[in-house]
Amino acid sequence: MSTAAIREERSRGNGMARISAALWRRAWLRATLTLTPPLAWFLVIYLASLVLMLVTAFWTVNPFTNVLEHSWSLANVNQLFTSTYTTIIARTVEMAAIVTVTDAIVALPFAYYMARVASPRVRRILFTAVLLPLWASYLARVYAWIVILQKGGTLSWTTSKLGLGAVNIGYTNTAMWLVFSYIWLPFMIVPLYGALERIPDSLLEASGDLGAHAWRTLRSVVLPLALPGIIAGSIFTFSLTLGDFITPLLVGGASSQFIGNVIYSNIGTANNLPFAATLALVPIVIMTIYLLGARALGAFESL
Amino acid sequence: MRPSAGNRATARSGRGAAGAVIALAAALMAVVSLLPGAAAAGSGLSAPTAGMPVATSIGKGEGKLDLIAWEGYAQPQWVKPFEKATGCQVSAKYAGTSSDMVSLMANGGGGQYDLVSASGDADLRLIYGGDVRPVNLNLIPDWKNFQPFLQNPSFNTIAGKHYGMSFEFGPNVLLYSTKVFKTPPTSWSVLYDKKYAGQVTVPDNPIQIADAALYLSKSQPKLGITDPYELTQPQFNAAVALLKAEHPLVKKYWDLASQEISLFQSGTTVVGAAWPYQTNTLQADKAPVAETIPREGATGWADTWMLATKAPDPNCAYMWMKWVSTPTVQAQDALSFGETPGNRLACPIMNKLSKGSCAAYHANAPASYFTTLKFWKTPLVTCDNGKNSCVPFQNWVTAWTQVIG
Repeated sequence: MSTAAIREERSRGNGMARISAALWRRAWLRATLTLTPPLAWFLVIYLASLVLMLVTAFWTVNPFTNVLEHSWSLANVNQLFTSTYTTIIARTVEMAAIVTVTDAIVALPFAYYMARVASPRVRRILFTAVLLPLWASYLARVYAWIVILQKGGTLSWTTSKLGLGAVNIGYTNTAMWLVFSYIWLPFMIVPLYGALERIPDSLLEASGDLGAHAWRTLRSVVLPLALPGIIAGSIFTFSLTLGDFITPLLVGGASSQFIGNVIYSNIGTANNLPFAATLALVPIVIMTIYLLGARALGAFESL
Repeated sequence: MRPSAGNRATARSGRGAAGAVIALAAALMAVVSLLPGAAAAGSGLSAPTAGMPVATSIGKGEGKLDLIAWEGYAQPQWVKPFEKATGCQVSAKYAGTSSDMVSLMANGGGGQYDLVSASGDADLRLIYGGDVRPVNLNLIPDWKNFQPFLQNPSFNTIAGKHYGMSFEFGPNVLLYSTKVFKTPPTSWSVLYDKKYAGQVTVPDNPIQIADAALYLSKSQPKLGITDPYELTQPQFNAAVALLKAEHPLVKKYWDLASQEISLFQSGTTVVGAAWPYQTNTLQADKAPVAETIPREGATGWADTWMLATKAPDPNCAYMWMKWVSTPTVQAQDALSFGETPGNRLACPIMNKLSKGSCAAYHANAPASYFTTLKFWKTPLVTCDNGKNSCVPFQNWVTAWTQVIG
């Protein structure tokens, strides 16, 4: 090998080494280079589309020509506050809240048993049982509930065999409440389990040693410590219910429209994108308030 | 159950989509008619492609064909033999709603698509948008065998020019439980009767306002409703008020044909608005139901194969229209989709494929049956009288949201 070639080789090696050294010395540069692609993705794909939606919400569609008009107007927001839409928004939020409370009540004893009472073997079995439904399609599970709840369905058949009379709650908001509570339950159990598992045994023993009954221990020790877990789970159950439109469509009755259903019909049928965008802002605003509240209660410390 | 019906239902519910282009054209027309020397109003609306020459013969196939279709309109059952016979390789793009179809067909199909299986409510938008061109139906031998009312329907034929070939259709019938109704109901009034509170089901579709208007046109002649798709504000308000009064009686506004089937199967509902597909599926399962067209008549829908203005494969497109209009394919299409064929000769083949299906889908019904049908079209601000006094479709959607709340 000639000297010139060796020198070139060395200088090339030096080049790489220099870059690597420069990166090593400047941590900020390293971080920038690593983070730019995902950050750009986030900004362009996620935030930009959100901003676009925000902007669209203040445009209008000409009622006579059905052409999108790029002039600023609060007409959509005003329309949002008419009784038709406030009823639908209230119904959606109310259902999300009731489902969240139901799931919290059902999940608490279950998660407590799993985390503190069950043997490791039973715990594994229960965990599988909780997560197993998530392996099946959402639609299949909703359809199963239709079969259970409809007139002459499994539920009605069982209650009439037991002499309790037929129970016909198919295609009602009660049916929606049951289905939602069932479908989102795992999302409440898992974070709650995490929170309960972290409570040191010593605290419970101390509570007992100081003369507290089981109920008192639950109320004063377990619940406050489990609260961040409940709130973390409630974020899932609340937001998932808030954004759903398939369950209202399939198991809901005549007055079961959710925000999502109205958005869907405004895009698919009416071609009124601005109003659909305005409606889509509602869950964003509600979730922002909810998340700020959850942060104040310390939910994110246990995530 | 046939897979296409579910998809069909979603398509249908999204199908009454607003007539953006045609409404724009109507507004333009209004402006133009104000200009001095402009063409006389009335039929002042003109299709941009009206002057395009039509084919006089079908040439050699281009070897490929691109379709925009409702899911189920390009089944291997009749596509494979077509490809073999003509050498035209078919690729189909399925659309979810009428709006989808119109946007896919923008700019005359963009030189990419040849044919679209548009529904009555999208046809005029495509025609006045210049996205489809006239066709020569004399090149389709089976055309003369079609139901007379499908040969020159106003939703795709303008001033004697055909902008496509209607091929399949269906009525919106009154479905009822024969356990509850010993004799068939004779009026749509049963849907508004408190006697059946909580046992009524109607489609979740703004076009349902037209059904209410159709009923009012007979029950309240004072309103002066002549066309259920062209409603003045007072007529529209009356129809919406009727539907709002109906709301407490409704168990479920159905979105999918399968929902209505299970509602009737379980006996949850006893009367409702439906398609023959639901009736036939239920009767095949021995459910005690029957359907009827009450004395007020009924609404209906019809699909048309329309030729894109910039169709790259016009010869294969004509071969396709020829193919799908033959009695055999008409019968296969009707049965796989759950609708009525346009070709009157399809009847015996339907019966051969599935016993009694011809009568079940009314393919052999007398002309008097079809004259009771008012086919879907997009409600426009411009009524037939040329005045801008009708309620446009966007308001129908808003009102429908209020109705179902």
